[in-house]
Amino acid sequence: MAAEPDASVPAPAVNDRSTDALLPELVQHLRTNRTVLREEWARRITEAQLLTAMTPEEIFSEATSVYDNYIEVLETGSVEALQEYARDLSERIIPRGVETEEVLGIVLLLRDVLARSLFEKYHNDFELFKSVLDAYEPAANRIASTVGVSFVQERERVIHQQQDAIRELSTPVLQVRERLLILPMIGALDGQRARQLTEQLLRAIRTNRAKVVVIDVTGVPEIDSTVANHLVQTVEACKLMGASVIITGLSSEIALTLVTIGVDLSMMTAVGDLQGGIEEAERMLGYGLGPARGSSADNR
Amino acid sequence: MPIPILKQGSFLIATIQSAMSDSDAQQLQVELMEQVSRVRATGIVVDVTALNVMDSFAGRTLRTIAHMTRLRGADTIIAGIQPEVAFAMVQLGLTFEDIHTALDLEEGLAYLNRRTASGAADDA
Repeated sequence: MAAEPDASVPAPAVNDRSTDALLPELVQHLRTNRTVLREEWARRITEAQLLTAMTPEEIFSEATSVYDNYIEVLETGSVEALQEYARDLSERIIPRGVETEEVLGIVLLLRDVLARSLFEKYHNDFELFKSVLDAYEPAANRIASTVGVSFVQERERVIHQQQDAIRELSTPVLQVRERLLILPMIGALDGQRARQLTEQLLRAIRTNRAKVVVIDVTGVPEIDSTVANHLVQTVEACKLMGASVIITGLSSEIALTLVTIGVDLSMMTAVGDLQGGIEEAERMLGYGLGPARGSSADNR
Repeated sequence: MPIPILKQGSFLIATIQSAMSDSDAQQLQVELMEQVSRVRATGIVVDVTALNVMDSFAGRTLRTIAHMTRLRGADTIIAGIQPEVAFAMVQLGLTFEDIHTALDLEEGLAYLNRRTASGAADDA
């Protein structure tokens, strides 16, 4: 079909047919000028001050890989290999602090560099140049979006992974004595984490048959009113399951939050530090074994 | 489905076996009131281990039972509230402020025994 003369067929059809014929020619052109274009691209990356976290040698070697992948996509039309490479590249450069706009920037630069070189080659024949662009542009756009999306996906994957890790790490429920649990809270609390923590604690109360729980919030820098309310609900829920709660290590900021949102403090036992909390808990458990149950019996 | 009430020494044990309808709850209240005076019980354990849902009516009825029995000389313990139920209850704002709760039936009975023992000690 490439043999058919262009003039005798309507314009769109020409483009359609010549696209198939032109792409190999394009690829051939880009392969021949590989060294020049690659250098030009690397130079423009440095000029635009992108990828400052990487050395020029690294930029050049990555640029080479991206360039080859780029041409391969143009040739085969399949983005899978490029996707794979982009993910792999992202995995390597994300920890070094490379930003999304930098990655998009370099891909768009390459697109620009190649388009210019095509213009230089075909600028004498405008019709042909238009056909070349018709073949080149969609493929180039697809490549740019593939790389961008792969980078963002990889970034999100890393973020999720880290979130999961933090969540797992920071909510252990420990048994220190028969029927005494400790829940050391560390790090910032958000609604979801607070909720997960409560569920975990309630389940632990059931399995360990706990009577007293010490919640230590020394490691929590601040909490908002949602989480404060959640904390109160946790105390109430523990009580419904027959366990008393002692809160320790309340910082002055958190104490202020609790007072400001008007938390009913009558049902919360608070002790200054973890040591005091454990002592208090042991006292409660000790009384529990004896004949008189101290204060709670007097309440009735 | 009627809720069985067992007598154990001077205590009554009511074990809720499955989902409790409003009429079941009301019937439990009536029967407990009747039995408290009949057997001169000093304590009651309502075991809700099998309950997966605690609606506001059930919660209110249990609270009413606890308050009524206290006026008739018997302490009521709610035992075995499930973790999910406990969490759902506080989110609904449904709490048993002044009613004693226990982890399970054993804990509930142990608490009542202690109460009785200390009460006897006070009397002596």
